Amino acid sequence: MTPDSMSALSDHLFSVTVALYSLAVVAFCAQLAFGRRPARTPELVGAGAPAARPDEAPEEDSRGRRWGIVAMGLTVLGALTQAGVLLFRGLATDRLPWGNMYEFATATVLIAVVVYVIFAVRVPALRHLGLFVLAPVVLALVLIGLFLYADAGPLVAALRSYWLAIHVTTAIIGFGIFFVSGIASIMYLVRSRYEARLADGAPAESGIVAKLPPTAALDRVAHRTAVFGFPIWTFAVIAGAIWAEAAWGRFWGWDPKETWAFIAWVVYAAYLHARTTAGWRGRPAAWVNVVGLVVMIFNLLFVNMVSTGLHSYAGVS
Amino acid sequence: MTVLDRPAVSAPGPSAPRRGTGLLLRWWRRLTAMRTAIVLLFLLALAAVPGSLLPQRSLSQNKVNGYFTDHPKLAPVLDRFYLFDVFSSPWFAAIYLLLFISLIGCVLPRAMEHFRALRAAPPPAPRNLLRLPDSGTLVTPLAGPAALDVVEEELRVRKFRVVRRDGELSAEKGYLKETGNLLFHLSLVALLLGLAGGKLWGYEGSILVTEGQGFCNSFQQYDTYASGPLVKSSDLTPLCVDLKNFRAKYEQNLTAASFTADITYGAPGAAGRPTTIGVNEPLRVDGDRVYVTGHGYSPTFSVTSPDGTTYDDLSVPFLPTNQQTMASEGALKLPDIGTAGNDQLALEGFFAPTGVIQNKILTSIDPRPLDPQVAIFIYQGYLGLDSGVPQSVYSLDQKQIQRGQLNKVAAANLKVGESTTLPDGTRVAFTGYKEFASLQLSHDPGQLWVLGAAVSLLLGLLGMLLLRRERVFARVAADPGGGGTVLTLASLTRGSGESAPRFAALTDDLDDALADRAPALPTGGQTP
Repeated sequence: MTPDSMSALSDHLFSVTVALYSLAVVAFCAQLAFGRRPARTPELVGAGAPAARPDEAPEEDSRGRRWGIVAMGLTVLGALTQAGVLLFRGLATDRLPWGNMYEFATATVLIAVVVYVIFAVRVPALRHLGLFVLAPVVLALVLIGLFLYADAGPLVAALRSYWLAIHVTTAIIGFGIFFVSGIASIMYLVRSRYEARLADGAPAESGIVAKLPPTAALDRVAHRTAVFGFPIWTFAVIAGAIWAEAAWGRFWGWDPKETWAFIAWVVYAAYLHARTTAGWRGRPAAWVNVVGLVVMIFNLLFVNMVSTGLHSYAGVS
Repeated sequence: MTVLDRPAVSAPGPSAPRRGTGLLLRWWRRLTAMRTAIVLLFLLALAAVPGSLLPQRSLSQNKVNGYFTDHPKLAPVLDRFYLFDVFSSPWFAAIYLLLFISLIGCVLPRAMEHFRALRAAPPPAPRNLLRLPDSGTLVTPLAGPAALDVVEEELRVRKFRVVRRDGELSAEKGYLKETGNLLFHLSLVALLLGLAGGKLWGYEGSILVTEGQGFCNSFQQYDTYASGPLVKSSDLTPLCVDLKNFRAKYEQNLTAASFTADITYGAPGAAGRPTTIGVNEPLRVDGDRVYVTGHGYSPTFSVTSPDGTTYDDLSVPFLPTNQQTMASEGALKLPDIGTAGNDQLALEGFFAPTGVIQNKILTSIDPRPLDPQVAIFIYQGYLGLDSGVPQSVYSLDQKQIQRGQLNKVAAANLKVGESTTLPDGTRVAFTGYKEFASLQLSHDPGQLWVLGAAVSLLLGLLGMLLLRRERVFARVAADPGGGGTVLTLASLTRGSGESAPRFAALTDDLDDALADRAPALPTGGQTP
């Protein structure tokens, strides 16, 4: 295959990925729609209620389960084609496929999907989260395809370093993990309001909110992913500093990207502290995590596309 | 938990100094509370935001100047609040210093407590073990002490530190988790100290060097330099660098592939050692680093006076205005050419490494010097160089032109080898170009210290987040229903992961171990 046909294949796979994820979203919707309605007697109300483990999946009828399996299958398939997007980009250009923003963002989204799949396999209750991870993923991919697309091409001189493999890869992994963590915290905020309403005596709803995993499970996912992502992000920042020392003559210079990486680091540090501090547990901590995600996305979009700094490798014209 | 309303001071209250220390203590407690730390973390994040949204002097003085021209009313106000020097501003420093004081105040007592805990035995078992989140009972035919022996052995295999007290057992492991926590926080302090040291004793200078020329490490030579307050000129490493050859390579689509500079370096006067530096590959020598930070072209001209005197090889760096095409601008000032003092010569213009003329305007279409061309305006008159007002090397003083002291006498688009003749008969020829490299010499004595702190920070973080601190308690009591023993077990976990499955696994293993020993009971169990 020629580099051109490989990069064309990569572009086609991108469309296939979006299609597969969209179908997965439909299947996740079907799972929620056809799955068992929540019990009318709200079992979570009352102090003695949480006798059952809170993150255990509510029982589902076979139709809902079948849709769930279809959705997971489509998601895994989509993740494979998405990996193909990057693989063929890499082969076409003979370099790591994260040299511009299109590739970076695609890789980040892939990591988010992979993290979600790992969680869904290990904790079945979280499969319900699929819709809320996959829907933003589809939206993100469409936006990436529309606005960030850059033709396959060689890297600029400054990026030709083995630190690209270390720094950018860990940044992508960290970002992908934080993405899942942020989604879990958003779900937590939505669900905890619903549970508070239930506790106030409001009737149980049959909408999507009622089918979200319970707050305890969502909080645990958010926290565990953040705990996992934080050292990776720390390492990515340190590796970036080491690279900057070789490439730009100083290890830290408050370049806009560096500044926002620092802000994100501080916000996630605050989240990890908040979650164990009285007065911050629960919703406030979840908000901190959501702010962390907003900072990460701002760092990706604004800093690359609007401000000018040393990290302007977007390649978006 | 702090009570704010003090009892009305009436009768002999606490003496003033004591009240003072009480207040201080309260403030200290509040500062070192975790809630305060979270708020300070937020403030720190928030404080960094303007540093990325507004132009910063540390990054680009030009952009700050531009902001002042664009917002003449707003800019001085922002400047008063140090918003163009956010990261060296007093309020930014105030936030991080408070945060670090809070951190130290929180971590030091914890470190002492941890140090004590490391040497102390695990605490005695709580009275009611079944109240702990993970707990359960096992029944065994073994006698009490023998059953505890089994538990102790199993826990020791699992690297627990075990202490036996009358009829009960406490075990603990995972001290490294807290060690990691402390290491992380203390590494942050070390990192800050390293940064501060680098700022105080570090310096960097940059200079444009044309092929065939060089520079030595002294502040007088640099085009621009920045140095820490504790740097003395005499401390600068004696080092000279000569640029022999500069090469820029491009891909087919004109993406820059590499910039390399062949240099020689060494002490002043000594024969230099040759080496090649480039992007991502600086020269590292004795704690100093020399970088290639950019490159460009210096067009060369020759000037022939009407009397026949020829000045060859006149060149000056033109600064690239477009990195894609390397279109560059600059000015060549020749105060020493000309018959009289008021007859100085200067030219200002545009250099295109690969020039194309469209509608009489020269543009560059390729960064490689395939067809170098210049578009220049030539001036004669008084340059004003000795007037005491500093001038940019890269442009003419527009005031001199406005005053009519410097007059445009010709304009020309020239290819290599072409020339133009001025009204007074002077001939200016474009003879070629040289390449220059922007070199930067940096010295940061805190750098290795910061790296070490960052590595230990990461190690501490991993230990703190991934390890578990686990306590296991066991107590034996005679089985009221038979001759055996009821063993009550409980565990307390701090850290990530779910404790319930692990506790279940531990209980199962203990049950198995107890069952294994049970047959040995007739012989081994009779001793007590």
